[in-house]
Amino acid sequence: MEDTERIDSEDVEHVAELARVRLTDDEAEGFVDGFNDVLGYFETLDDVPDDVEAEDDYQNVLRADEPEPSLSQEEALSNADGTEEGYFVGPSVS
Amino acid sequence: MSASDDLNAFVTRCDLGGGDGPLDDLTVGVKDNISTEGVETTCGSKVLEGYEPPYDATAVERLKDAGARIVGKTNMDEFGMGTTTETSAHGATRNPVDTDHVPGGSSGGSAAAVASGDVDAALGTDTGGSVRCPAAFCGVVGLKPTYGLVSRYGLIAYANSLETVGPMARDVETTARVLDVIAGEDDRDGTCNAETDDYAAAVEQPTGDVTVAVPDELVGEGVDEGVRGTFDDALGTLRDEGATVREVSMPSLEKALAAYYVIAMGEASSNLARFDGVRYGPGGEGDGWNEAFADARARFGDEVKRRVMLGTYALSEGYYGDYYDKAQNARALVRRDFEAVLDEADVVASPTMPITPFEIGEALDDPLQMYLADANTTPVNLAGVPSVSVPAGRADDLPVGLQLTAGRFEEKKLLRVARGFEKAR
Repeated sequence: MEDTERIDSEDVEHVAELARVRLTDDEAEGFVDGFNDVLGYFETLDDVPDDVEAEDDYQNVLRADEPEPSLSQEEALSNADGTEEGYFVGPSVS
Repeated sequence: MSASDDLNAFVTRCDLGGGDGPLDDLTVGVKDNISTEGVETTCGSKVLEGYEPPYDATAVERLKDAGARIVGKTNMDEFGMGTTTETSAHGATRNPVDTDHVPGGSSGGSAAAVASGDVDAALGTDTGGSVRCPAAFCGVVGLKPTYGLVSRYGLIAYANSLETVGPMARDVETTARVLDVIAGEDDRDGTCNAETDDYAAAVEQPTGDVTVAVPDELVGEGVDEGVRGTFDDALGTLRDEGATVREVSMPSLEKALAAYYVIAMGEASSNLARFDGVRYGPGGEGDGWNEAFADARARFGDEVKRRVMLGTYALSEGYYGDYYDKAQNARALVRRDFEAVLDEADVVASPTMPITPFEIGEALDDPLQMYLADANTTPVNLAGVPSVSVPAGRADDLPVGLQLTAGRFEEKKLLRVARGFEKAR
């Protein structure tokens, strides 16, 4: 990869939006140096070969698809900020 | 008031378990990212303020069944993201050995509670060193088990492919006794399908002639002089006990720290997407769901925001190949290097941490400096092998840990060597 271009506060704000994390302008500016330091360090990976064969020793763990006792609806909802008639209340879709 | 209160080692006090069983003589602290039914579990975050899990983690259930008394939830870096236990929303934990210094992280509360004598043992979690680092910094024993030996059910996920639940205690034997109870197959974690074993009994068997490999890459320029001296003394102790010590080279380790952070941040950005303020934790306000989610997630601390954002960036279109693919390739090379070295040697040894504990506040503003401190612990998580930190002595009056690492599911041998060292030192 070429040298990473320097990230600025607009880039940070863009990523924050993608990650659904609200930042103030000052906060975004505060992340700029750390981002560039860390992404610069990641360039260590540039010369890792592309053709490393991954090991294939993984196997799926399966079980029969049979209903088993689980959390009750009440328990599942017990930590929700808002509930209505047994459902979670989420923010409105705008 | 107990010693731990001054240290801010506990987030919540409780009293669970305590019946008859093999651990009925032990009090235990449980890291605050491991679910405890009906007892607040916050991961050190404002995002989970007030969250009371409706179920126990498998490790907690097994501790309770074994008669251990769980006396509290221990402080931690927010969601396990840190090397100092300073990123907690509940404030920093202090090192009982010297309260001007950090206890290490992210399981710093667990280590401080054990080191101060407030509990006999504790559970931590280790994603890139979060059990071993605080064990080293506080002068206690901490084990990161083989990936797949201890169920992660009920551990609130940060980086699934790397993290494990692990025991901490003041000696190897107690560490092994806790492992006996928490290890073994669990239907609720598909990656956990290994048989448990009698680790505590194995610990007391003679160590025999072991071969210890010391990778050049883990004892090089990044290691403090004092730490290096303590480590060399530790190797001398192992030699006196009959061990053969060999220098080896593991070139992939030069790439391990960067690979670790790319993978951990990538997994974190996806895992922490679940914290939207709807199913648990305080809700957000705003016009429409994107605004409301972003508002709820503004409660994350800076280090969590940093990792979620960097993970999002590294996994985004156009950058994925440069970061994530490269990191996965580096990970495969690290695994191979461990396999090759552990084919010829019984254990790999290094200082657990290349430095002595930071002063409180010293590393908080420089994320890269904090990440670099994880150079010796993170390769182990990439390889999925078991690794223990045992107290090795002090440098500048602060604890230094010896990190010993063995092959997959070789906990018996690993703990035996650790116990041999502990006795001889």
